[in-house]
Amino acid sequence: MLKGLFKKGTVDQRFEVIRFAVAIFLAIVMAFILILLVSKEPFEALGYLFLGPISKFRKFGNVIETAIPLTFLGLSVSIMFSANQFNMGSSGALFIGGTIAAIVGLVLPLPFGIHPIVAMLAAGVVGGLLTSIPAIVKLKWGASELVSSLMLNFVALNLGLYLILNHFRDLTAGSLSSLPLLETVLLPTLVSGTRIHFGLIIVIIMVILAWLFLAKTKWGYALRMTGMNINFAKYSGISTAAVVLYSQFIGGFLAGMGGAVEIIGMYDRFKWQFMPSYAFDGVIVAVLAKKNPLYVPIAAVLLAYIRVGADTMSVNSDVSYEMISIIQGFIIIMIAANAFLKQYRQRMVVKEATQHD
Amino acid sequence: MINLLTPEFFFTVIRVTTPILFAAMAAVICNKAGVVNIALEGIMLTAALTGVLVSGFTQSLVLGAIGGIVGGVFIAFLLAYFALYLKTDIVLGGIALNLLTVGGTVFVMFAVTGDKGATNSVRSLQFPAVNIPFIEDIPILGTVLSGHNFLTYLAILMVFLVFFLLYKTTFGLRLRAVGENPDAASSVGIDVSKVKLYALLLSGVIASFGGMYMSMAYLKLFTTNMVSGRGYIALAAAAMGQANPIGTTIASLLFGFMESVGYQLQSRGIPSQFINMVPYISTIVGLVLYSMYRQNQLKRKKEIKLHEEAKS
Repeated sequence: MLKGLFKKGTVDQRFEVIRFAVAIFLAIVMAFILILLVSKEPFEALGYLFLGPISKFRKFGNVIETAIPLTFLGLSVSIMFSANQFNMGSSGALFIGGTIAAIVGLVLPLPFGIHPIVAMLAAGVVGGLLTSIPAIVKLKWGASELVSSLMLNFVALNLGLYLILNHFRDLTAGSLSSLPLLETVLLPTLVSGTRIHFGLIIVIIMVILAWLFLAKTKWGYALRMTGMNINFAKYSGISTAAVVLYSQFIGGFLAGMGGAVEIIGMYDRFKWQFMPSYAFDGVIVAVLAKKNPLYVPIAAVLLAYIRVGADTMSVNSDVSYEMISIIQGFIIIMIAANAFLKQYRQRMVVKEATQHD
Repeated sequence: MINLLTPEFFFTVIRVTTPILFAAMAAVICNKAGVVNIALEGIMLTAALTGVLVSGFTQSLVLGAIGGIVGGVFIAFLLAYFALYLKTDIVLGGIALNLLTVGGTVFVMFAVTGDKGATNSVRSLQFPAVNIPFIEDIPILGTVLSGHNFLTYLAILMVFLVFFLLYKTTFGLRLRAVGENPDAASSVGIDVSKVKLYALLLSGVIASFGGMYMSMAYLKLFTTNMVSGRGYIALAAAAMGQANPIGTTIASLLFGFMESVGYQLQSRGIPSQFINMVPYISTIVGLVLYSMYRQNQLKRKKEIKLHEEAKS
């Protein structure tokens, strides 16, 4: 009996790997077709897309730099979605987190070492409060967390822009940006020749903490139970309301912290004028990583690779950067398609069973 | 506050309600059929672009409108295909399609026109404004009700069409049966998947008009991410209207009203960022107030039931 269960598990796992591979392969085929359709020099464009990120050391540095906020967002969405809450607030939390970090970096004179920690914690708390709102509204009155969180993203974006542009704007700067941040708040560069910054260490720590939290603590266990079946969790004595609340707070905290790390790691002032284009990528990272914090950095690097590739391609060829959002949307929908390749899975199971009988 | 109550103000309310109303009617149909169509935002955005492009290249408004509908329905079809046949979680599928269309429309716009921000270079067509005879001559009412875009009147007509479809046709009956109890519907021989597919495609058609209103009436061109959350606001409106066409229309008007109040505040030196927040904050507040009201009602129903049981 136990042996049988184990066997079935391996078939499922192997099938999952195949399904992921096929989805990504199809996405590459789709990228190929899209480029063939719109480009006059499709093969050059393809070369930039797939080889651009490894063409120069600096470019590969860009992949790691891009992967840092994507990992924060992926952790954020993984934890929020693990509680079966469709809270899309991580992008708003990222933006407001960046804003708060910039303000802390402008007005609080703190010593080296402590200053960035305060900025990140403040950003995290504000981000967490933001994503708690949809959870509270859902718990208390049953209003859709999806709609309220999407609305809150617009609010967070405008609030952040208002704070920076009306109170901390550098009027002498050519573009819309804040005054330069105090140097004590900025994260040091780790790898010379790139912009890879100390945030890399921080994000690795957060990945491990998030994994420990989800997999090894009773709060993480309660969270996963609630996500799987909220009624069952309730009957087994878990306070599901508390679970929903802290899961959404932690998710927003991570996204807010990600915004802070991005601003104090990559820039010396607040420069976002719009929602960053990767702000919603937490969803695809979480879907690719199957909401497992340990897989999140892998998915984030994969996605960052595509993003840097697309960036190189759009600079050097006639295909625009936005192509990747088609590819990304397609990957999410394919991987989430439970019945995709279902017959194939059936065949795998049958084959496995007949071989061992 | 006095200048709020001018005929021009109410004209604006109707103008800004139009795209929300189309999308909300699309949401009503889906809600009644028991499918969640988060992709309304993406459907509108796609239709806004394809309508502009096709009308610009063919110089025909009719072909442009067809192009817009085909673009929007294509997204609705993708959602239906993945959700109904490949069993993708429909909410996740909708989110994916919205993310896809935000960049996808820019990708197509750049490939076709070479521009990334807006379709300035395309000489696209607009739906005409219509003056209604007789009504336009009535002093105040004429200013409010006449002279709107053709699509605005179509949106009003759509409310009645959706009402008729849902409550006066066999298809509407089936659709509501599927939404209320798919197992029961299936047991009397209704093809549940097919009904849901039709509901999604129909919502695609209706929401497409909302998208085209944005780029072919409200503005004269397509700009990046121009729907900016109206698809989600429509979902809130349909929830507040309990998926009833009339109730949903009232909720949509409420959101349109708040958006117009925002525009009025603009001239009073309030920072633009706060004006931009108005539609979204009022959506959250509206959603919360409605949810509180509904919870109260449910509680009262329960109490009455308990009371009656105690009596007998």
